[in-house]
Amino acid sequence: MSGESARQTNRRATGGLIDRSRTVRFTFDGKAYTGHPGDTLASALLANGQHMVARSFKYHRPRGILAAGAEDPAALVQIGDDPARSDPNTRVSEQEIYDGLVARPQNCWPSLASDIGIVVDAFSRFLPAGFYNKTFMGSDRLRWPNWMAFEPAIRAMVGIGRAPKEPDPDRYESVNRHCDVLVVGAGPAGLMAALGAGRSGARVILAEETAALGGTVLARDPEILTIAGQAPADWVAEIRAELETMAEVTVLTRTTAFGYYSHNFVGLWQRIGDHLADDKRSSYLPRQRVWRVRARQVVLATGAIERPLVFHLNDRPGIMLAGAVQTYMHRYGVLPGRLVAIAANNDSGWHAALDMARSGAEIAAIVDIRRDVPAELLTAAAHLGIAIHCGSTITGTEGRARIKAIIVSPIGEDGSAGSTPTRIHCDLLAMAGGWAPNIALFSQSRGKLRYDETIAAFRPGQSWQNERSAGAANGSFALGDCLAEGARAGVEAAAAAGFSGRKPRTPKIEGSEAGQGDIMVIPELPSGRPAHKVRAWLDLQDDVTTKDLRLAVQEGYSSVEHAKRYTTVGMGTDQGKVANLNAFAFLAAERGQTIPQIGSTTFRQPYKPVTFGALAGQHVGGYFMPRRTTPMHAWHRDHEAIFEPVGDWLRARAYPKTGESFENAVQREAKAARRAIGVLDASTLGKIDVRGPNAREFLGRVYTNSWMKLAPGKCRYGLMLGEDGMVMDDGVTACLADDHFHMTTTTGGAARVLATLEDYLQTEWPDLKVFLTTTTEQWAVAAICGPQSPKLLGDLLDDFDPDPEKFEFMSWRDASLSGVPVRVFRISFTGEISYEINIAATYGRWMWDEIMARGTRYGVTPYGTEAMHLLRAEKGFVIVGQETDGTVTPHDLRMDWIVKKSGDFIGKRSLSRSDTARQGRKQLVGLLTEDPSTVLMEGAHVIATQTEAAPPVPMLGHVTSSYFSPNLRRSIALAMVTDGGKRIGETLWISRKDGGPIPVRVTETDFLALRDKGEIGEISAKGAASDD
Amino acid sequence: MFIITCPNCGERDLSEFSYGGEAHISRPKWRDGMSDAEWAEFVFMRSNPKGVFAERWNHAAGCRRWFNMLRNTATDDILAVYKIGEEPPQVSANLPATPSGEAAIGSGNDEAKVINSADGGDGA
Repeated sequence: MSGESARQTNRRATGGLIDRSRTVRFTFDGKAYTGHPGDTLASALLANGQHMVARSFKYHRPRGILAAGAEDPAALVQIGDDPARSDPNTRVSEQEIYDGLVARPQNCWPSLASDIGIVVDAFSRFLPAGFYNKTFMGSDRLRWPNWMAFEPAIRAMVGIGRAPKEPDPDRYESVNRHCDVLVVGAGPAGLMAALGAGRSGARVILAEETAALGGTVLARDPEILTIAGQAPADWVAEIRAELETMAEVTVLTRTTAFGYYSHNFVGLWQRIGDHLADDKRSSYLPRQRVWRVRARQVVLATGAIERPLVFHLNDRPGIMLAGAVQTYMHRYGVLPGRLVAIAANNDSGWHAALDMARSGAEIAAIVDIRRDVPAELLTAAAHLGIAIHCGSTITGTEGRARIKAIIVSPIGEDGSAGSTPTRIHCDLLAMAGGWAPNIALFSQSRGKLRYDETIAAFRPGQSWQNERSAGAANGSFALGDCLAEGARAGVEAAAAAGFSGRKPRTPKIEGSEAGQGDIMVIPELPSGRPAHKVRAWLDLQDDVTTKDLRLAVQEGYSSVEHAKRYTTVGMGTDQGKVANLNAFAFLAAERGQTIPQIGSTTFRQPYKPVTFGALAGQHVGGYFMPRRTTPMHAWHRDHEAIFEPVGDWLRARAYPKTGESFENAVQREAKAARRAIGVLDASTLGKIDVRGPNAREFLGRVYTNSWMKLAPGKCRYGLMLGEDGMVMDDGVTACLADDHFHMTTTTGGAARVLATLEDYLQTEWPDLKVFLTTTTEQWAVAAICGPQSPKLLGDLLDDFDPDPEKFEFMSWRDASLSGVPVRVFRISFTGEISYEINIAATYGRWMWDEIMARGTRYGVTPYGTEAMHLLRAEKGFVIVGQETDGTVTPHDLRMDWIVKKSGDFIGKRSLSRSDTARQGRKQLVGLLTEDPSTVLMEGAHVIATQTEAAPPVPMLGHVTSSYFSPNLRRSIALAMVTDGGKRIGETLWISRKDGGPIPVRVTETDFLALRDKGEIGEISAKGAASDD
Repeated sequence: MFIITCPNCGERDLSEFSYGGEAHISRPKWRDGMSDAEWAEFVFMRSNPKGVFAERWNHAAGCRRWFNMLRNTATDDILAVYKIGEEPPQVSANLPATPSGEAAIGSGNDEAKVINSADGGDGA
């Protein structure tokens, strides 16, 4: 930053809701400025005479401040230099200033004033509507323009702000609220609505987008307008004071209703810290907050948005909306121009002109496209000596960084511009194109719009939800109507929510302007120029001109939705708040239709951009989603386990020792589990307590095998299918008693399995007397595996004979561990001698410590999920979700043995469907590479030939699991291969990205059995991998 | 973001529920000779009407009970909630009037446009 501060030359001597006793210092584009508390960046820059604040998106043309609120299209800046906190695309008309604020212009280099990108403007005819779409077409690289060739340059030249580069350090939160009446907008209608609803005792939320309540009454001259005998700001303060005495009323400022969803669910976005310097922001409050409001009734008092006029070169800085000029004058104490020209198509421009004249501006001219203007306005203007051009058009403007002059011509009888132009000097052009109800939220609520010819704009037509619009949002622009409608809407909304109250008296007003009178819309003012030489902007942010829309219609994109997408009109971050209606009117005129005939584009949430931070709220980092951890988790953490998420759970994947790689740790753990003892935290396995007289019958219906003969004390493995016959889950279920079973599921499938089983019990088989209770978290489970495990079990448990000959595989026993009851299951997911000890969860960590302490002498080694996967692959056991993918039947897994022949079960009929029963389905097989040290890539394609055929290459299947087995001292893999069962012994090929296909032998899946039969020993003997 | 009235628990936010697809599709009793087409009708075929639709919901984060609901898929109006095993109640197939009824004021009511500012409230 450099130089001395610019002076607030355009600051009025008095007036405005600013604190003149204090000066706020900020910089824009590297230059120091001053303003006052209460200023927005826009009002402060205007006070300093700075109109141009940005460069346009496409043509890099100078952009100024058009409006005074959320509707401003193109006056966007980057706030802050902090790489983590920098905020792009911030509207200067909304950003409040604070000491030390740094704002930078966007999309210009090297500076705002001398932007080399402006050269694009000279070539604008090469960037027509649909330019991107056209460059995408065709694959001919020689074609011009070629997107591939130009993309980098175009990407660099177009665009707006830069996203912050570092993680957001700020805190955000979302809160839920229910209320009886939500009032959106605290202008005259909203204030009266909140007052009426609040007095009835209803719970009310009043949400105001700006920092102050009052809306348009703050944009009127307090010397002229009185409400209930007071200056407008005093009247607002009185209402606010009363609202704040009401316990059930919440008044939120700096809060935007950004989305209206079903059942009166409305999202509010509150900026809490954005108007404060970093060091002034609260340490305990979030930066921004999203209120998720469920309202019984909603009152939309969102006001109206003024339309620009569409004429040749209407995009210069210094061309503003007339209502915005009034807002800057009276709300902020700023006179944006000293020599003001007015362009109007209705009476409101005349009212604004008289207001500006009273406020110290010289009125260069009033240009009204209408011939007939009310006599009293003509008289009043003439009385002030203002040059009047009725029935006239603006055919052009002059000035680069700021408007200098307008060219005015009379409109002839045929609607064309006359040939006697007048050049009128001005430093501000105020446009009064008529007011359009701000119907975005109403439309989001699915209400039907109605086009009202008298205001040439859409109004709320038919409500869809429990909502009503009031005031300017409803097309009632006169202040008296706004106050009356608001008062009625408030009490009626409260009544509909069950609260009765009397309607507040509508305050007497004096000095209020009449309405906008008759409005005349010319979608593109005549300029006397051929159509292709007119540059009349519809959308200042996206640089869309009438020429673009004309081209879209010519090329067939004539529906509003198509034209919008083709030209991007209204698709900027401002969502075309000031652009859309003019675009509809222009499109309708081009097509020779009316606006109701062509309709409106859809208003979508959000009303304006909401930060991702606010939407994410608290749910970031560790709070992104709940993580379930086992009772032994702290031990795993203390031993520096590598974790992986499995479903909601965080499981230890491996326990690398200091200096040990993850891969080596897995190899060591898997080896220990077969040679000594491995122990796995298996607490996460889903556990469902199945109880009731029909429990056995129920199991027989949900698993593919029979459960009628499973005796208490025994366990059985089961596969669960969907009704489509595809494997959904698997697990071991133990019979605790004749009517009581302990079912286990996969870790990730537990919730789904419980939900599915409940579904069947409640809806299909309500006659079955079975209760299901989830017990996953009641038990901590340690799976102890390996040849030394019986010894450890003997040491651990009280008076327990673990002899695997007597304590048979697939049975379970009650036991105790130092007096604490446990259940011991002789089941195995590794093929090794294995015991799973279940203990009450609160004892989990203690049990784990006991196992580690007493197992040391046997070489106990904790192993994680990766070693578990490896161990089960050595045995050829499937993992649901790894070998299966929702298209795999038990037959595909070659597990026909588990499918009972008689009796129904979920999915049974599907197993004989023509597609599931056919030959040629993929089946599970083992694969052994010719080179035992080569580990296949999971997901690799299996093909039939040594050389790949021409694409599309015929695929036989894919590798589902692949590991280097330390116990077999070679690589192993499982795969789903077409007709796999018939291919045992065949050689197939695995396609690779580099190096050509490699040969594999198709085998059975139980690699331990193959080793015992000596069928892989031969390969293993010459294996390159070394043992230890 | 609907509000659903669980038959057991009352009004709750949509986020507490899980969806179960079309209602009143019963699992065929097993019998030999059931055709693929007949079985597929149960497993795969679901209607997707614009208008009144009977569907299943589960109050997953509440009572965990399944129930049926009639919803107008064109409007997301919930027309009825009833228990599993019950017949769907008769509801009007017409598009319902606006939920709020025709507001006496605002929302496109032309009467609202002619309010005279001199016509104040009824006093406070």
